[in-house]
Amino acid sequence: ANRGEIACRVMKTCRKMGIKTVAVHSDVDANAVHVKMADEAVCVGPAPTNRSYLNMDAIMDAIRITGAQAVHPGYGFLSENKEFAKRLAAEDVVFVGPDTHAIHAMGDKIESKLLAKAAKVNVIPGFDGVVEDAVKIAGQIGYPVMIKASAGGGGKGMRIAWNDDETREGFRLSSQEAASSFGDDRLLIEKFVDNPRHIEIQVLADKHGNALWLNERECSIQRRNQKVVEEAPSTFLDPDTRRAMGEQAVQLAKAVKYSSAGTVEFLVDSKKNFYFLEMNTRLQVEHPITECITGLDLVQQMIRIAKGFPLVHRQEDIPINGWAIESRVYAEDPYKSFGLPSIGRLSQYQEPISLPNVRVDSGIQEGSDISIYYDPMISKLVTYGATRAEALQKMEDALDHYVIRGVTHNIPLLREIITNPRFISGDITTNFLPEEYPEGFTGHRLTPEGRRELLATAAALYISAQLRSQRFMGNLRVSTTSQEQSQWELQVELEKKSHLVSLSRSGSSFTVSNTHARTHVEVDGGSVEVSGEWNLASALLPLSINGNPRVLQCLSRDATGQITLQYLGTQFKLRVLSRLAAKLTGHMPEKVPEDTSSILRSPMPGSVVAVSVKPGDMVAEGQEICVIEAMKMQNSLIAARAAKVKSVHCKAGETVGEGDLLVELE
Amino acid sequence: MAAFAAARSSRGVLSAIKASFNTFANVKHGLAVAPIAQSHLLQHARWYSVSHLSVHERIDRKRNAALVGGGQKRIDAQHKRGKLTARERVELLLDPDSFVEYDMFVEHRCSDFGMEEDHNKFPGDSVVTGQGRINGRLVYVFSQIMDQAMMVGAPVIGLNDSGGARIQEGVESLAGYADIFLRNVLASGVVPQISLIMGPCAGGAVYSPALTDFTFMVKDTSYLFITGPDVVKSVTNEDVTQEELGGAKTHTAVSGVAHRAFENDIDALLNLRDFFNFLPLSNRDPAPVTECQDPSDRLVPGLDTVVPFETTKAYDMLDIIQGVVDEREFFEIMPNYAKNIVVGFARMNGRTVGIVGNQPKVASGCLDINSSVKGARFVRFCDAFNIPIITFVDVPGFLPGTSQEYGGIIRHGAKLLFAFAEATVPKITIITRKAYGGAYDVMSSKHLRGDVNYAWPSAEVAVMGAKGAVQIIFRGKTNQAEQEAEYVEKFANPFPAAVRGFVDDIIVPSTTRKRICRDLEVLASKKQTNPWKKHANIPL
Repeated sequence: ANRGEIACRVMKTCRKMGIKTVAVHSDVDANAVHVKMADEAVCVGPAPTNRSYLNMDAIMDAIRITGAQAVHPGYGFLSENKEFAKRLAAEDVVFVGPDTHAIHAMGDKIESKLLAKAAKVNVIPGFDGVVEDAVKIAGQIGYPVMIKASAGGGGKGMRIAWNDDETREGFRLSSQEAASSFGDDRLLIEKFVDNPRHIEIQVLADKHGNALWLNERECSIQRRNQKVVEEAPSTFLDPDTRRAMGEQAVQLAKAVKYSSAGTVEFLVDSKKNFYFLEMNTRLQVEHPITECITGLDLVQQMIRIAKGFPLVHRQEDIPINGWAIESRVYAEDPYKSFGLPSIGRLSQYQEPISLPNVRVDSGIQEGSDISIYYDPMISKLVTYGATRAEALQKMEDALDHYVIRGVTHNIPLLREIITNPRFISGDITTNFLPEEYPEGFTGHRLTPEGRRELLATAAALYISAQLRSQRFMGNLRVSTTSQEQSQWELQVELEKKSHLVSLSRSGSSFTVSNTHARTHVEVDGGSVEVSGEWNLASALLPLSINGNPRVLQCLSRDATGQITLQYLGTQFKLRVLSRLAAKLTGHMPEKVPEDTSSILRSPMPGSVVAVSVKPGDMVAEGQEICVIEAMKMQNSLIAARAAKVKSVHCKAGETVGEGDLLVELE
Repeated sequence: MAAFAAARSSRGVLSAIKASFNTFANVKHGLAVAPIAQSHLLQHARWYSVSHLSVHERIDRKRNAALVGGGQKRIDAQHKRGKLTARERVELLLDPDSFVEYDMFVEHRCSDFGMEEDHNKFPGDSVVTGQGRINGRLVYVFSQIMDQAMMVGAPVIGLNDSGGARIQEGVESLAGYADIFLRNVLASGVVPQISLIMGPCAGGAVYSPALTDFTFMVKDTSYLFITGPDVVKSVTNEDVTQEELGGAKTHTAVSGVAHRAFENDIDALLNLRDFFNFLPLSNRDPAPVTECQDPSDRLVPGLDTVVPFETTKAYDMLDIIQGVVDEREFFEIMPNYAKNIVVGFARMNGRTVGIVGNQPKVASGCLDINSSVKGARFVRFCDAFNIPIITFVDVPGFLPGTSQEYGGIIRHGAKLLFAFAEATVPKITIITRKAYGGAYDVMSSKHLRGDVNYAWPSAEVAVMGAKGAVQIIFRGKTNQAEQEAEYVEKFANPFPAAVRGFVDDIIVPSTTRKRICRDLEVLASKKQTNPWKKHANIPL
């Protein structure tokens, strides 16, 4: 009872185990990969999740129609919904997960904390109760505090407040989000642990009172409390801490008579003190990295446990073999608060699965739509190596080979994270992103060497395209003089600077195709040698630059010399011009771009939840103008400057696209 | 005639730009030019001192003078307006060092209103003409040399930036216009003719671009109108700016006079080079084939999911076109006009093809007056120049209503029908979804000599949609929903057409590229002739 990659992931194991599968889907997902993969599929309603994937009546009907014997809920949706588990039990259908009691106990953050305390698990100081007067409680605990939805998870409805104002604001937004995401607006407040790491323990428990811990996952790299890069094991834990955490996790699992796979999340401070955060009573998004280092198939284990089989492994059987890293590839614009959702149709899509030790869990394919209705995750890219360095190197390669066109994606950010020196050294906290990029993420910063490589590649690509456009097949009316040219003087623009580039091509003068032609490029005094096949139809551009292999991607190329290259994950816009065109460019009029400080456009596609202003209102700089909800996140849009509202172009309840005009200021 | 002359009273741009029309008369009497010019020289004291120079030196001097055109001052003025000079434009457009200039010594022979003054005379007056190469292939630049272009079979490109007729020249300049028009008409269908409007083009001058195959404009600096805002104001009392009246936006989105607009001179010229590569040199040359690195048998998995399940839901036909063609490269013609039909050039396995597709995203992809005319003109160009036509069909029918009927949709729709029917180039048609009614027939159907017609599994070839059909067939009867379901079962699929041989095959969408490439190879040698006639009588 899920969609996307996790539905596909579960079905893969089912297939291996010889279990037939039924997919449920919304009408817009009729063509989705998980529907095609399943043996049978049932439509359970229209696109909005509360009418399809959260529609218990329709899903129960689907179970009856198909005679399904068990339901794997995946993560999200109904995976931690005790009501759903109850209804399944009432109809004698197996729920592949823990029983209702454990879901209930752990699903409520307030109750779970009390339980954890009782099971002698370390907990964070905070207010164990439903919050009525947020500011008063926050004052008692002492700032900073964390406000979160009692029924929440996955960072939704979660906010940090450093003062009374932020508490009030956060409380309001969080309770709205909690209400729309979980149908439960209760919130809790606790002490916010500064500079923490987020490390979680995977547990596996059967219905016979056995429980194992499958080591940890380091999930500290987060943005807005949602995980971005995860790895297993953690660089931070020593065997003793690991064992202590594992044992506490198992204690908790046993205390709630847990069965199935579950995850106990901890916050770990710089002194390796760890505090219980919450327990997720489901399969986690990042479970593949645990599978990589332990060799277990967690879905298979879950199904066996649900069927009532006892665990076959003992704690000492659980190894840590090598190192695994997972990057969550999202359809998001990483340049906007480390990732705001984007939507679109995947016009081209190639996963780097031909590389060794790379696993891609995805539920989409070329031609799929990323819609506003669901989570914008494209895939989970997992690489594995004997050492962390090896796994990281594989991740670099895999990201470079990953072709995604048609939607904005977060590969630039992922590639920067995994090559960040601080990340490589393992010195990370959950504040890693805001600390490393205090001004927001701006993409890869070119080194002088990198700039030369990029300029050389663009120039060589431009010339390859020029040469090809002179090659007409079987046409005798073509002058051949220009094809003999092997020297060029070009001007390449990059990041608002112009660079003179002279380029010469040496290769057999007889070859008409310039396959493996070596291109020697002089750039700003330095020289770069670029060679490659220059296949202009391929999305990937495997090159040898000064003898080093490099994979770039050409995202666009047009007749006017505009070239967009993806280099080290980040997209760079270049413009290659002949010297003549470059000289004359100065005469071209500057086109004045629209003044954007007086207009507010939707930064992402979504729906308008509230409009806080009306025409004629005075707004202060930073004042909230309207709230857009996308992918279940509420985003408050603020005025860029103090002004009078000229006109309002949206109203609550409307759906808006990225770049749609919302409000005009005077 | 008044309209011609009054088009533009300001003559500021005159000489530096080297407008394309005015010296036409000079060319016609080419031999007479030199003596007249010389006799003028003798009247001027300043020239006596140089007349002892050898002819050789005088040639050099004149050539240099021609190269700076109206002088540095006027070059600077042109640059200030964000425009390039004629020579700079030609240099950018053509391959390096390939330009061969003609008529560099031509000067105007106007002697009224002080025009005979030396400072008003420039060698190579008003126009730069010649031939050169674009990616190695021959092209003629400016229209004076159209006779030769037709003779050798090479396209003509006009870079227009003209204030209109030189009023001082009087009737002579009018004769010049007509001469150009005639040549445009005679060359039509013989060699491709392209106009790039790079400045004002007003009065009679506008008819030359209108007669050529493609008219491109430069945003913000080019205008096309019969009469300028001043005359409009005095005649109709309308207040309108140059830009609103005849700017790039107007002509690419509202009037349909221009086929595309570009940001500035440089963008326009570089795009023109790119566009030129799609065209054959003449009607005697085959459509060009360039080297292709995109595998012709490439499967396009995205096409299997592009058409939504709900027949009422729109999708973007460009997604299909870009997926199918080489390297996703599609040069769209008239992208902002009559957007319910998409036309443009692309390549399949290196070979130029013309693409026509209904656009479900705009007005459900219906055919109306504007889209019919846009499609018809494009199809006729492809047919005239041996370019195979690929048609993607998702058409719910012709747009109903009084505005369409009063506007003559019958007459205009017939143009598209006519164009597809008379075309003898290879024609491949893919029905992606709806092919309803008369519009089905029009869109390069098997009945109009379509060579290969495919249907995707989502295709529905029928007289009309289920709802409308049931309302007519079962008028006044109850349980229409049931009848509708029956109709859908019977007609909303490709089988009725397939069993009658109206489609050759029902294909898996992801194989579309492979199929088209294979068929084009087979059809490359297609020969088909229409009955002899002086010319057909397309319903204009």
